Amino acid sequence: MFHYRTFMKAVAVTSALVASSVAANAADTILLGSAISLTGKYATAGNHAKVGYDFAVKKINAAGGVKIGGKSYMLEVKYYDDESTPARGGQLAERLINQDGVQYMLGPYSSGLTKAIAPVTEKYKIPMVEAEGASRSLFNKGYKYLFAVLSTSEQYLASAVALAADVAKANGKKPGDVKVALAFENDPFSLDVRAGVIDDIKKHGLKIVIDDKLPRNLTDMTATMTKIKALKPDVFIVSGHSKGAGTATRQIAEMKLSIPMVAMTHCESANLVGKYKETAEGMLCATQWAETLTYKDPMFGTAAEFNAEIKKTVPEYANKSVPYQLAQAAAAVYVFKDAFERSGSLDKDKLRDALSATNMKTFYGDIKFSAAGNNTAKPMVLRQIQNGKYNVVAPTAFASHKLDWPRK
Amino acid sequence: MWDNLQIMFSIPVLTLGMIIDGLLIGGIFALIAYGLALVWGVMNVKNLAQGDFVILGAYVTWWLYGYGINPIFGIPVAFAALWGLGWIIYKLVICRVIEHDLFTSLLATFGIAIVMQQTMKIVFGADEQTIALNLESFGFFDNLLTIQPTRLIAFISAIVLAVAVISFMKRSRMGQAIRATAQNPRAARVMGIDTEKVYSFTFSLNAAICGAAGGLISMIWEFQPFIGLIYSIRAFVIVTAAGLGNLAAVIAAGLGMGVVEQTGAFVFGTEYQQAIVVGLLVVVLLVKLVLSSRRRQVVE
Repeated sequence: MFHYRTFMKAVAVTSALVASSVAANAADTILLGSAISLTGKYATAGNHAKVGYDFAVKKINAAGGVKIGGKSYMLEVKYYDDESTPARGGQLAERLINQDGVQYMLGPYSSGLTKAIAPVTEKYKIPMVEAEGASRSLFNKGYKYLFAVLSTSEQYLASAVALAADVAKANGKKPGDVKVALAFENDPFSLDVRAGVIDDIKKHGLKIVIDDKLPRNLTDMTATMTKIKALKPDVFIVSGHSKGAGTATRQIAEMKLSIPMVAMTHCESANLVGKYKETAEGMLCATQWAETLTYKDPMFGTAAEFNAEIKKTVPEYANKSVPYQLAQAAAAVYVFKDAFERSGSLDKDKLRDALSATNMKTFYGDIKFSAAGNNTAKPMVLRQIQNGKYNVVAPTAFASHKLDWPRK
Repeated sequence: MWDNLQIMFSIPVLTLGMIIDGLLIGGIFALIAYGLALVWGVMNVKNLAQGDFVILGAYVTWWLYGYGINPIFGIPVAFAALWGLGWIIYKLVICRVIEHDLFTSLLATFGIAIVMQQTMKIVFGADEQTIALNLESFGFFDNLLTIQPTRLIAFISAIVLAVAVISFMKRSRMGQAIRATAQNPRAARVMGIDTEKVYSFTFSLNAAICGAAGGLISMIWEFQPFIGLIYSIRAFVIVTAAGLGNLAAVIAAGLGMGVVEQTGAFVFGTEYQQAIVVGLLVVVLLVKLVLSSRRRQVVE
């Protein structure tokens, strides 16, 4: 027979135990929460982010944790798998806040998921530092508790425009004579990238001769390439995720086009070097971070040291390059540590104010948030594929190699 | 748009290049559409998983290429593998829906398409793959006209395969049985044709044709598990335009579609490439409607 009272007693005892253990934990740990894509279409990238979070937590804890008012706190992250679906991400954020008592959030993977979770953290006034949502639509909603360490998507290829203008000047040409061809996928991310490119084209006074949109199910760019044959642009800027990068690289070679400068996103995820070998030579690729950059900080060391340590401690990356998604996730945890120590308290509102005043140098780049919450201190980096390697060529302050121009 | 038209007329070599390119890829579309027409005509099953068979064929060829097997040898393997899979799917699902109405077969093949997409994603991952042979293109007129060797190989292979299938349908006993069944299954059964065997053979043959077409596609474009739909749509448009049982028309429609896609994308923008395909279907249906209504009036 079912004894209701016995059952209730058991429930009471259990909840008391849970409560006391939470209280005991709360004494010396800081619990961060994150809904992250461990399965579904973003699983690969989501796992990169999780490895980054875990690595930073381990590193910070090993260095004595977060010091607030002379006391050390260990960091801990509670994860849920959002299955790469925004609706699930929103639910899990509620669950982390309401059931697990999480007061500080780390971001999910992708702009879409961040867009689903930000309203929830905003509602409960929970500060969230995110590292994987770059859409500029995240930063025009007036969110107060959202902070992003990465450059937003309209910055992705803007530096390519500046570079093209510089090259033109160096070769005695007026920027107004530089002809630009654009091909962007018709999706929120690529259109953000395009908006940034268009702004910079106006600023530098370049001339747009081709402005094509690419379909979501892109397979063939013959039409765009034929226009390039006819109009001979000096710069070709493409963004259509990895299929856009792959298709453009392939068809530029197949149609024997000679374009002095080609810039794109997603070179690494499209595996251009592996797939297209020497055909991919000379492509300019936008990236958030590269291990050859001269950034450094006291916790992780230089970008190169961070890279080497990941390769040593996480066997998964021993034989492949460490993706920037991982580095920026680690940087997000580091931002929390810095903000906690400056605020000198566990209070989430004080923490929010400390976060918004963040101004730090890290192995991932400088971090300083605008009023909208995006990081305005770190530029996007352009790498060029040279002899099968990605070498930083712009901005010139961080460049390790010279730009190969014109592309053969 | 007018600027683009101006380019087409002022530099005719570029237009010629797009037309040649359209014909080359149109050959592959025609092959896929022919398989669809076969199953549609013989079994009255509209196979929504057509494009997914194609993509699986592409994956088989790509997978073998990873072991150093040239696609020219990989494509026959894809043909054989998809034949086997087609037979299994027929025995498991299709044989149960043949006798039922249109929607049952549509739903069943739609279900097969979903299962295939998800399985390919689990097995091969969601990333875009391709076989990049990185062959040097043939350039003419100072490279204004370029012909890509992979597309040429694909076109020739598609033609060879189509000729083989056609002569098989015309000459062999099985081909005759298939055609008899398509005309009248009941009469065929009365004449001693094992229609069940004909059906399973036809469905397997279609899957195999798709597999080979997929192998050709793997050399030309990037593909991922969910891109099959655009090949299904193209096949449906071609078959709708050409009608069932008219092979010459299927090939002509396939080639025509390739050309319209490439030149249309040039004039209206690459963004509208697939919209053009569907727009073409609407035009074809309207024209057919007008023609048939005229014919009816004549009969009256």
